[in-house]
Amino acid sequence: MHELGIVFYIIRDVKQVAEENHVGHVSTVVMNIGEVSTVIPEYLTDCWRWAADREELLRGCELRVLTIPAVTWCDDCKREYGTVQYGKKCPHCGSEHTWLLRGNEVEIKEIEV
Amino acid sequence: MDPVKVIEIKKSVFADNDRDADELRSELKRRGVFLLNLMSSPGSGKTTTLIRTINLLKDKIRVAVMEADIDSDVDAVKIQAATGIPSIQLHTGGMCHLDAEMTRQGLDNVDLGGADLVILENVGNLVCPAEFDTGAVCNAMILSVPEGDDKPLKYPLMFSICDVVVINKMDVQPYFDFDLEKCREYIRMRNPKARVIPISAKTGEGVEQFAAWLLEAVNNWKQH
Repeated sequence: MHELGIVFYIIRDVKQVAEENHVGHVSTVVMNIGEVSTVIPEYLTDCWRWAADREELLRGCELRVLTIPAVTWCDDCKREYGTVQYGKKCPHCGSEHTWLLRGNEVEIKEIEV
Repeated sequence: MDPVKVIEIKKSVFADNDRDADELRSELKRRGVFLLNLMSSPGSGKTTTLIRTINLLKDKIRVAVMEADIDSDVDAVKIQAATGIPSIQLHTGGMCHLDAEMTRQGLDNVDLGGADLVILENVGNLVCPAEFDTGAVCNAMILSVPEGDDKPLKYPLMFSICDVVVINKMDVQPYFDFDLEKCREYIRMRNPKARVIPISAKTGEGVEQFAAWLLEAVNNWKQH
């Protein structure tokens, strides 16, 4: 839903890095997107195509999405489990004292120039 | 062809916004302005609740409102007509949320006139606004009875970032399967610190409680 806004943030950050490194064109931007980050990769790449082609620096630039699996930690039994499959409740002991360890990332990993 | 060079960045997309939001908050602190970010789904009664609340507060503190919507200015016009306080409309240009930069632009354009409290009525949406820190001092949300008591389970992030959850339209509760105690429990699961205030913006029930909370929060912010 908010993928377009996120694309504008990515463009702003990439432009800044390109300027600092005196780069004239970026060929790929690699993103780390967590499974439960609420960002839908297909929407992100669609919005990216539309917005990136309007920037000389990013014309034809590919946005590659790496998915980070979501993992939750249980405070009571001290074990990990897959968030998407089990949600808030720990499948090992039934506790709800659980916290997301990773899977919430919306991060620019690297760019290829 | 030139060889490909990789530049590692490893930076959260939200990092810049979080920094802008923190800067905005310190600036508001210096100026003694309390910014409340009010969120909810469309049709939960944000504007009606605001009108009631502002009318209870406007003789005690100076209030201004910024309305954010994708389009139209119906809310800003309605608020100004019903309360007489300064109100401006922000358009997000199709975007589903406001960020700190947009909030700052809005604040630069609202006639603060020494306002103590600025209320930002965010875009009606329970997903995206929760992701973007606006620079507000407090986050509040309105959940209305017809939406259902299970919403804290479905939109966990929104409920986990709110200091206050106002439950509106209590007057129609008899017609809906809305269990207030269950709803409080779901909110507690997501956010044990959130304060829950049941109201009816239509009858006015409970609104003084919300207004009193807000007044206290504004006074604390200005004093400390």
